[in-house]
Amino acid sequence: MFVRYLNMEKTIQEIEDEIVDEFSFFESWQDKYEYIIELGKKLKGFPQDKQNNDYKVKGCQSSVWLVTDDEDGRIIFKADSDSTIVKGLIALLIRVLNRRTPDEILDAKLEFIAKTGLQQHLAQTRANGLAAMIKQMKMYALAYKAKQLN
Amino acid sequence: MQETLTKKIFNVDELRKDFPILSREVEGKPLVYLDNAATSQKPQSVINAISDYYSNYNANIHRGVYSISIKASEAYENAKIKVRDFINAASEREIVFTRGATEAINLIAYSYGFEKVNSGDEIIISEMEHHANIVPWQVLCEKKKAVLKVIPVNDNGELLLDEYKKLLSDKTKIVAVCQISNSLGTINPVKEIVRIAKEKNKSIAVVIDGAQAIHHMDVDVRDLGADFYVFSSHKMYGPMGIGVLYGRAELLEAMPPYQTGGDMISSVSFKGTTYNDIPMKFEAGTPNVEGAVGLAAAIDYIKAIGFDDIHKQETKLLEYAAGLLEEIKGLKIIGTAKDKTGVISFVVEGFNALDIGIMLDTSGVAVRTGQHCTEPLMEKFGIPGTVRVSFAFYNTKAEVDIFVNALKKAIEILK
Repeated sequence: MFVRYLNMEKTIQEIEDEIVDEFSFFESWQDKYEYIIELGKKLKGFPQDKQNNDYKVKGCQSSVWLVTDDEDGRIIFKADSDSTIVKGLIALLIRVLNRRTPDEILDAKLEFIAKTGLQQHLAQTRANGLAAMIKQMKMYALAYKAKQLN
Repeated sequence: MQETLTKKIFNVDELRKDFPILSREVEGKPLVYLDNAATSQKPQSVINAISDYYSNYNANIHRGVYSISIKASEAYENAKIKVRDFINAASEREIVFTRGATEAINLIAYSYGFEKVNSGDEIIISEMEHHANIVPWQVLCEKKKAVLKVIPVNDNGELLLDEYKKLLSDKTKIVAVCQISNSLGTINPVKEIVRIAKEKNKSIAVVIDGAQAIHHMDVDVRDLGADFYVFSSHKMYGPMGIGVLYGRAELLEAMPPYQTGGDMISSVSFKGTTYNDIPMKFEAGTPNVEGAVGLAAAIDYIKAIGFDDIHKQETKLLEYAAGLLEEIKGLKIIGTAKDKTGVISFVVEGFNALDIGIMLDTSGVAVRTGQHCTEPLMEKFGIPGTVRVSFAFYNTKAEVDIFVNALKKAIEILK
């Protein structure tokens, strides 16, 4: 138990605050997107054989694939997209929700999306699939929770 | 009410002043609006006409006996006359106001289609149709056990007329094609398409989706020989929420109503109802008077500029932009028809269309990305989607430069 707390030094809230802080440094949306693109380029490690329709998140103008694993009751997310910007957004979501318990994921309000202005800029349109991605991540959490209860 | 039209001298900088939105900024940069195939911006005269209607003579029409209702009815009817003249219909009785081109196609499918199409019959559309000119026919075919046939497109994005001829048969009941493709800009030879159908069988109904054409070129429905022609006001500098179904009187008269309610009846009792004459038969409920007034003002505006100048400016922009884009490494223009309007769809190898669209927006440039409601066409070209820029006469070469530079910058960042 103690070890786990060491690994899990930051809460969801703390990480969300960090992201909001990072975004506040940028003055223009161009700069914010450049940062998101950088994050997108760094997001790696998605198993290529799973880049198929089974793992595709519906409701996006770009293709998004999402797979999960679990370790000690915590969920590990891996995702990919053909859009670098969407990959950057996924990277942010993963940073917040990776290796959390199903309950933590389900309870996460993800206020950083509104606080960074991303909500206003992106979530209004279905095109980027941000809402669909969050829904899918929470669905996985719900499924794991149901499995644990059984 | 009748305004005298004075021809505007074509000076793009002056004309831009007619459109208040064109002087706004996005992210501190001037808005460069290159999504005109999705919707056009509105000149002050259209905005004023709508505002004048609500400020001075808003009333429900056709039944009122008081002056402002009479004035509103007159304005509505005048709008129909303007549309009649604009497309050279034989009578204003042939002009039905709908919510837009989509509703107009649905009206034809549900009214004419359900009456005339039976099991085993065939409907021909094309591979480059907008979903609005696919799905209503698909639904009709499913319900009636009819067969949907599709005219294929070549690699330049042109319809294969020889294939079209082969598809026509004794079972063909309807041919529905667009005059201009929304995602490629291809101008289809619709007059010839009508002629070929009529040569096969005079009773084949030909539906022309003019949503992308009506603001680019002179449309003469009688010259085209079309049975039905549909378009939306909002693509031609008019307001959203109103569109036009033109139908030959003979066909409209024989068609059953699409929706029922007030205004479309001649008398109602609980034993039965008799319907109003055309076009009222197809306009159930309170119509969009504001829209009609705005559309009439938009027609006046277009006429004052004239299609010659509109065409010249849009062609100039198309050629200028295409030349600059072709120099960008990895960029491929999708849709290179000989006959083309001011639309450029493109992909850049290794880059996602959505990413490009978002980055262009940060430079104030508004474009469309994705499949443009033409999924089957994107599938034909084997691409997930494109970036599409579409010009109006009020766009400038300077805006094309801003767009191309922003595109280069976006590619640099995304690399």
